[in-house]
Amino acid sequence: MTVVEAVVDMSTSLGAVPIPSPVLTASGCSAFGRELEPFVDLTAIGAVVTKSVQLRPRSGRPTPRMAETPSGMLNSIGLQGPGIDGLLAEELPWLADRGARAFVSIAGTRVEDFAELAQRLRGVPGVLGLEVNISCPNVESRGEVFACDPVAASDVIAAVRDVADPAHPVYAKLSPDVTDIVGVARAVTDAGADGLSMINTLLGLVIDPDTMRPVLGGVTGGLSGPAIRPVALRCVWQVHQALPEVPILGMGGIRSGLDALQFVLAGASAVSVGTAVFNDPSAVARVHTELADALAARDFASLADAVGYAHRDTRA
Amino acid sequence: MSGRSGHDGRLLTVPARRAVHAPVQTVAEVVGRRPVDAYVELRLAAPGIAARAEAGQFVAFAVGGETSGLLLRRSIAISTVDDGVVTVVVAAAGPGSTWLTERRTGDVLDVVGPLGRPFPDPPAGARALLVGGGYGAAALVGLAARLIGRGHRVDVVAGAAGADRLCSVQELTGLADRIAVTTDDGSSGRRGQVTLAVDELLPDAGVVYACGPMPMLRAVAGAATAREIPSYVAVEESMACGIGVCMTCVLPIVGDDGRTRFSRSCTEGPVFGGDRVRFDDVGTLPWDVVGADAMGVVQP
Repeated sequence: MTVVEAVVDMSTSLGAVPIPSPVLTASGCSAFGRELEPFVDLTAIGAVVTKSVQLRPRSGRPTPRMAETPSGMLNSIGLQGPGIDGLLAEELPWLADRGARAFVSIAGTRVEDFAELAQRLRGVPGVLGLEVNISCPNVESRGEVFACDPVAASDVIAAVRDVADPAHPVYAKLSPDVTDIVGVARAVTDAGADGLSMINTLLGLVIDPDTMRPVLGGVTGGLSGPAIRPVALRCVWQVHQALPEVPILGMGGIRSGLDALQFVLAGASAVSVGTAVFNDPSAVARVHTELADALAARDFASLADAVGYAHRDTRA
Repeated sequence: MSGRSGHDGRLLTVPARRAVHAPVQTVAEVVGRRPVDAYVELRLAAPGIAARAEAGQFVAFAVGGETSGLLLRRSIAISTVDDGVVTVVVAAAGPGSTWLTERRTGDVLDVVGPLGRPFPDPPAGARALLVGGGYGAAALVGLAARLIGRGHRVDVVAGAAGADRLCSVQELTGLADRIAVTTDDGSSGRRGQVTLAVDELLPDAGVVYACGPMPMLRAVAGAATAREIPSYVAVEESMACGIGVCMTCVLPIVGDDGRTRFSRSCTEGPVFGGDRVRFDDVGTLPWDVVGADAMGVVQP
C-alpha cells in the first residue's frame, strides 16, 4: 500500500444522472448482476447494465452458443431472458434492495415493443436509465438490425424517449457493422438519445474444421473481447470528434484500466466491461481501480478532465 | 414430450439444491503435479475453496497468464479437497487445458470456486452406484468418501475408451464395496461400455451418481430411470465463465414445475436429476421450452 491515495474525482454521469464510478458492467455479460455479488460491490460500480430484456420470456437459441476466438469469443445466445414481467418481479427488486443502480437494456423486434418496455420501466425503483439495444446481431433479422439504418434507429429512439420516464437517460446502443457510424449517431441523438453506447458485437462466423460446419447453433454470432477493441475505440473517436457534446458509454474489449483509459481519452465519459468478466469476475471493480491509478499517474484531477483528451491536437 | 425414458409424468429426482457457500476468487499455488496416464492431476493450495467445496462442484481456471488471448475460463470438476488443498484432474483437450497440464509445482493459478450445485444426498440407507466415464470418474472420489462416511454402501463403475483414459480407479477401488472397470477396446477390465456393468449393479442400487461424457450420462440415466431409481448426473458442458453470467452452457432441463427451461449447467447444474435432462433434445430448441414461442418456434 502506498500512503498517497489516488485523489482523482472518478464521478461521472449517464445523461444528467450522476454515478460514483465510470465503470459499469456490459449488457449481456453480467446477466442481472446477482452472480457477481461474491466478487464485486455492486453498489460501488457505476451501474449494472442488465442483459437485454424483451416483452416476453425468451428461451434463446439452441447450443452450441459460444466459440472461443483469438482474444475474444463469438456468441449466439439469442437474448435468453425472463421477459419484462420477470425482470420487474425478480431482478430489479433484487438490485434495488441492495442499492445497486440498474441501467436497463431493452430490446425488441418492433418500434412499439421498445416503447412498451420503456413505458413499463417508468418510475421503477433502482432503475437509473435505459440502454436501447437496437444492434443485437443475434435476433431474427440478423444483420438487418435497427442500428444499421439511421431512419429505423431514430424511429426506435424517438418512440422510447417519448414515453420513457423523463428522469431516465436514454442511450442508444450502436452497431459497428455500418458504413457510417457518425451518421447513425447523429440521427439517434437528433431523435432524442441522451447518450450513445458503443459498441455492440461485430457479426462473425467460426467453422469447425472437423465437422466442416459452423460451430454455433445460430450459425453466425457476435464477436466480443479485446479482439474488437481497436474497432470500438475508432467508433468512439469518430463519434466524439463529430458530436463532442454527446455523452458516450464506451465498450468493446476493455480488460484493464489502461484499456478503459483509451476509451476515456477517445471521448467516453463512462465505460462498460463485458467479456473480460468471463475471464475475471472481479474485472469491473479492478478496472475502476486501475483507471483511477492511471489517471492519477497522468496528473488528471478528475475523470472529466480526461474525457476526449486525445483529441486535443486534432481539433480544428 | 420429453427425452426421459419411461415413467412419463412422475419424476424420480428433485433439482439439486444450491451450494451452501458462495464462491471465491483466489490465486492458488500448485503444490503437486502428477501425470496419470492420459491426464495430469494438479493439487492446489486453495484453502478458501477447499473450506467451502461440496462433492459435485467445480472450479474455473483462467488460462495462459495475464496477457493470454484465451479469455474463457476452463471449468474442471473438483476431485477431492483435503486440508486446504483442492485436487483436480485435467485432460489436455485444447490449448487452454494443455496450458493447465503444463503447470509446475510453485506456479500460481487464478481460480474461482467452488462453483455449481453439489450432488444431493442419497435416500436414507440407500446403496449408491457411482459411474464415471474417462476423467469424469475423478469427480466421484470426493462423493464416494462422503457417502461412505455417512454409512452408505458404494459400488463404482469406471469406464473409458482405453486403459490410459481411465481415471481415479485406484482411489475409487480403495473406497468402493465393488468396482467394475470397462474399456471400449478391452485394454483394461471388461471390453465394452459402462452400461454392461451398470446393468448388473443397478438392481442393488437405491441411487445412481454419474459424471462423464453426455452419451454415457444419457445411457446411465436412462437405465436408472427405467428401473425407477433416482439418478444424478454431473454434466461436462463447455462454459465460458463458470459463474452464471454468459448463458452459453444451457441444457433443456425439466424443472420442479414440470416445465422445460434452458438451464445453465454452471449455476443450475452441473448436477441435474438424470430424469430431468432432455438428452435427446440437447442442441435443439424444442417448442415446449419456456420462451421458445418468443423465438418463433411453435407447437407442431
